[in-house]
Amino acid sequence: MKRPMMISLLGLPLWLVAGFAMALALGQPLEFESEAQQRQYDSLVRELRCTVCQSETIHESNAELAADMRRRVYEMTLAGHDGDAIIDFMVQRYGDYVRYRPPLQANTYLLWASPFLLLFGGIIAWWRIIVGRRSMPQRPDFTEQERAQLEQLRNDGSPRRM
Amino acid sequence: MNLRLLLPLIAATALLGLLFVGLGMNSRDLPSPLVGKPAPAFSLEALEDAQRIVTEQDFIGEVSLVNVWATWCSTCRSEKPLLMELARGGIPIHAFNYRDERDAALRYLDVSGNPYQTVAFDPRGDAGIDWGVYATPETYVLDADGVIRYKRIGPLSRQLLLDEVLPLVEKLRDEQQRNEARRVAQS
Repeated sequence: MKRPMMISLLGLPLWLVAGFAMALALGQPLEFESEAQQRQYDSLVRELRCTVCQSETIHESNAELAADMRRRVYEMTLAGHDGDAIIDFMVQRYGDYVRYRPPLQANTYLLWASPFLLLFGGIIAWWRIIVGRRSMPQRPDFTEQERAQLEQLRNDGSPRRM
Repeated sequence: MNLRLLLPLIAATALLGLLFVGLGMNSRDLPSPLVGKPAPAFSLEALEDAQRIVTEQDFIGEVSLVNVWATWCSTCRSEKPLLMELARGGIPIHAFNYRDERDAALRYLDVSGNPYQTVAFDPRGDAGIDWGVYATPETYVLDADGVIRYKRIGPLSRQLLLDEVLPLVEKLRDEQQRNEARRVAQS
């Protein structure tokens, strides 16, 4: 076995220990006074958006700002603030943007209404297609003349019976 | 029947239009709800002196800038010469030293110059949350009464200073003078 490989293999346990220590430092278990506080914290960190990494909640994000915000949510929860108060606190500083669940207000009416509008539009389109199909004749009607022609076509090329 | 043919065309055009407008928008341009509100309260150690406590009152009194910076932030380094110029031009600049190490920050100011009148040391980003800091650098303009009148997320540029910040500082200083004159007249 080559020497560099040996060294890196020997170093492996060290890396594992270092990684483990880091994992511990990142995911220190938080202590709460009650289960309700724990639940409030868990739901809030999944509802607040990390403002520097915009597609993540502060629960998922590794950004330092997200860690600060988690810590603030934790401290405020321990201090007895309820969920709404904590969300208000964040909204006052970072704007509605921090909420993953947008509030129903003047500039979000369209956003909230859009699924229903789309559904409504879909129903109308569907209805019109159905009605259009209904009004089509089920079986083509032929005039006497057409029937005679069809009969002739059917008999054409084959020996006339009877 | 004509309408039926036109409908997909209209829908596609509308969608393209929407996407085009969306392209022009910057999702990083975040509104700051703090503009128009008084400077949030905080209480931190001064960078130069751990014994001295700095609060938002130290930032208030005249029209001033508040800059959020750190030594690890390279964009902060690149906007620093502009801050030095502003300070030389007589605009008071206060600062948060954000999530940084005291020694490194002091050494940095020592070496490259210090444009700040007051520097609050915020190693844990506590005041950062109260001031709605997203990322360094950020710059606020406070009026003489300590109300936040402007916020820039990201680095300052000469153009931005000329177009927005300096005219605003002028305007706020005029406001301040008028207010003071009124107060004198009333008393």
